[in-house]
Amino acid sequence: MSEKELGQKWDRCLADCAVKFGTGLGLGIVFSVVFFKRRTWPIVFGTGLGLGMAYSNCQNDLRSRYVLHSKYFSFEQKLEAFASS
Amino acid sequence: MLRVCWKGAHAAARQCVCGKVKAHPLQHCRKYSTAGDSGSSAGKIVAASLLSVGGGLGGAILYAKWDPKFRANVEKSVPYSDQLFEMALGPPPPPLVLLQKKPIEPLQIFSLSEASKESKQPKDKAKKSDPAPVEAPAAVEEAPAPTAQTLEEASVEAAHIISAIGEVPSVPAPGTSDESPPGHTAAGEECKDHHEPELKERPAEEVTARLAQQDKAEQDALALTLFPTLTAGLEESLGSTAKTTLQAIGAQEAALTAIAAHTNKLKEAMDSETPPDEKSSQWKALNEALSDRTRAMEEAEEALLKAKGELENLRGVINSAKQSKINTARPQILAAEENLHSMIVDLDKVVTKVQTAQTEAKIVSQYSELVNEAKAQFQQELANITPETQANWKGLSGKLSADDLTSLIAHAHRRIDQLNRELAEQRVREQIHIEVALEQQKLEDQKALERAVVSTLEHSREDMRLEQEKKAQEVREVMEAEMRTQLRRQAAAHTDHLRDVLKVQEQELREEAQEILNSKMMEQETHYRRLTQEQLDTFTLDMNAAYARLKGIEEAIDSHVIAEEEARKAHQLWLSVEALNYTLRSAGADFPTEPLEGAVGVIKENCAENEFAQALATAIPEESLSRGIYSEASLRARFYDIRRLARRVALIDETRNSLYQYFLSYLQSVLLFEREQVAPPAKLAPEDLDTFKLLAYANYSIERGDLELAAKFVNQLRGESQRVAQDWLKEARLTLETKQVISLLSAYANAVGLGTTQAP
Repeated sequence: MSEKELGQKWDRCLADCAVKFGTGLGLGIVFSVVFFKRRTWPIVFGTGLGLGMAYSNCQNDLRSRYVLHSKYFSFEQKLEAFASS
Repeated sequence: MLRVCWKGAHAAARQCVCGKVKAHPLQHCRKYSTAGDSGSSAGKIVAASLLSVGGGLGGAILYAKWDPKFRANVEKSVPYSDQLFEMALGPPPPPLVLLQKKPIEPLQIFSLSEASKESKQPKDKAKKSDPAPVEAPAAVEEAPAPTAQTLEEASVEAAHIISAIGEVPSVPAPGTSDESPPGHTAAGEECKDHHEPELKERPAEEVTARLAQQDKAEQDALALTLFPTLTAGLEESLGSTAKTTLQAIGAQEAALTAIAAHTNKLKEAMDSETPPDEKSSQWKALNEALSDRTRAMEEAEEALLKAKGELENLRGVINSAKQSKINTARPQILAAEENLHSMIVDLDKVVTKVQTAQTEAKIVSQYSELVNEAKAQFQQELANITPETQANWKGLSGKLSADDLTSLIAHAHRRIDQLNRELAEQRVREQIHIEVALEQQKLEDQKALERAVVSTLEHSREDMRLEQEKKAQEVREVMEAEMRTQLRRQAAAHTDHLRDVLKVQEQELREEAQEILNSKMMEQETHYRRLTQEQLDTFTLDMNAAYARLKGIEEAIDSHVIAEEEARKAHQLWLSVEALNYTLRSAGADFPTEPLEGAVGVIKENCAENEFAQALATAIPEESLSRGIYSEASLRARFYDIRRLARRVALIDETRNSLYQYFLSYLQSVLLFEREQVAPPAKLAPEDLDTFKLLAYANYSIERGDLELAAKFVNQLRGESQRVAQDWLKEARLTLETKQVISLLSAYANAVGLGTTQAP
């Protein structure tokens, strides 16, 4: 069902977002604790990173249908493809 | 564009200036009265702006005049600039069009029309002047001479000439009449040659001439019966006349001889040298001779009269024969005439001879009379002297005395003297007497000569006449013969001509008769044929009708059988379609129907020969066969989800598909208020292709149960909405297709069933 697809995508998106958010947060916390003396900015950074990645992923996923895939062919390759077909 | 911006800037500046002016009218007045700086600066600005605007306009106009493309551009872009340009520069230059070829054609057409007009005029003229055909073509020739000669005019001319010639009465050719016979003139000529009246009676024409000739021939034939009688008569009369003439001649000759004899005797007697005793015998003989002579003369006279009478008779007969108009008797007539003539001649000759003899005899008799007179006188004297002697002194020889003798001698002497004196006188008067006698003789001779001449003339005339007649007869015969030959020739020619004419006529008549016969035969044949054909036709018609009826009956029976078969099949089909319909009902809320394969298979089995049903059965899509279809209700329910989703992603398409757009789209769907169901218009305009509107129309349609229309509207979605609605659309299509096919099948089954059901 095509209508379910979108919902699935959103689900994935949200799940991915949650995961990435959590992961980012965690990593941020870890890094903040471990490397950056409990400053806030790595947490925020990590969270942001995670959210960003999730956003990007979501966008890509939603966009995936409209992306044009291209391939570079050399002239010889084209000829070969034509000859063989 | 720069100018526009420039203008716009200036307009804005002006506006702002005007705005300033409007906003502060009092201040402006005050400013004007008190200080001129701001006014001057404003004025400067105004002036500068006006100048720049004017300059810009002028420049634009000048450039537009020079470059029409720029003018067109400006007119397009700036709204009322075209009016401005028109006012300033005049109308735009028109596009270049080739017009050179136009004027030539109308001239040609005009000339042709002129020519036709002009030709019509002389036509009318020519119609009036028909009796003068020579003038008409001249007029026709004159009028169109200035204009170009066209085929039309030439044909008109030709037609005129032909008509004019046709109207002039043609002189009838002299009929070749071979009626005038060639022999006609010859006959005419021949007619001239002939003197006979019979030929003049011949008419001019050949045929009637022939008829006349035939008549004449008949006449001749008739006359030929008379001819022998005529010839017989002629011959008879000729014979009798000849006889009488001969008799007359004989008598005349006898008379002649008698006269001669008498004369001789008389002469002898007159000589008186014979002895006296013989004298009496002499005188007796003389008397006898005289009597002979008289008798002979009488006989001769009689015979002559008779002969003359007979000759007259003959002549009369000949004349009558002549008048009886028989040509063939001509030679006989001529011969008779000749004979007559010769007889007459002979008779005349003899008569002349007799007459000469008579004259001689007369002379001699005169002489003898004289002598007798003298003798008588002498005797008288003697008697006077010697009265006693007897008168008859012949017998006195013995009785005379001496006195008597002397007186006698004296008387004798006296007598001798007297006689001598008389002789002398006579000798004296001899000459005179001779002359007189000669005269007399001459007269007599002349008379005789005349008579002879007359007679010979008559004879010669008669001769010539006879000769002429003979010649005429000969010529006539010759001419007759020639004419006969000519006539024969003519007759031959005529017969030939007749033969030819008859032949031709015969031919013609034969042909005509043949034609008539043929036509009659044809008629009869066609009639017969027609009758037979009619009979055949009626028979064929009947046969055909019967056969057709038989065929009809057979067909009816066959069709009945077929119909029943069809009915059975239709029934089966209907049952199978019903089964299919039943399977459709097996669809649930969210799950599809059973696969329609079985039912469709049944249909296919049942209606193997029904092509339509087969085609339809195969037309059912695979999906429905294998998987089944969703019901309308489930599709409806699904639609609402679709609708919601589609509304949410209305803005998403290829160009806009970021997450932000998704958010915006969602916001739009939330904030946009519209009717859920909108009745779709009859025609879709491009602005109706908006997602929301389409969904509204589809909603409306599906609420009303029109899945097809809803599917159509949903099909118009674009972008993500389309993608979302894809599956639903597919299902809807499938359902619709299957339903359509099944409805067709059922309709077909119903129709077939209806068609095959027979009314009870």
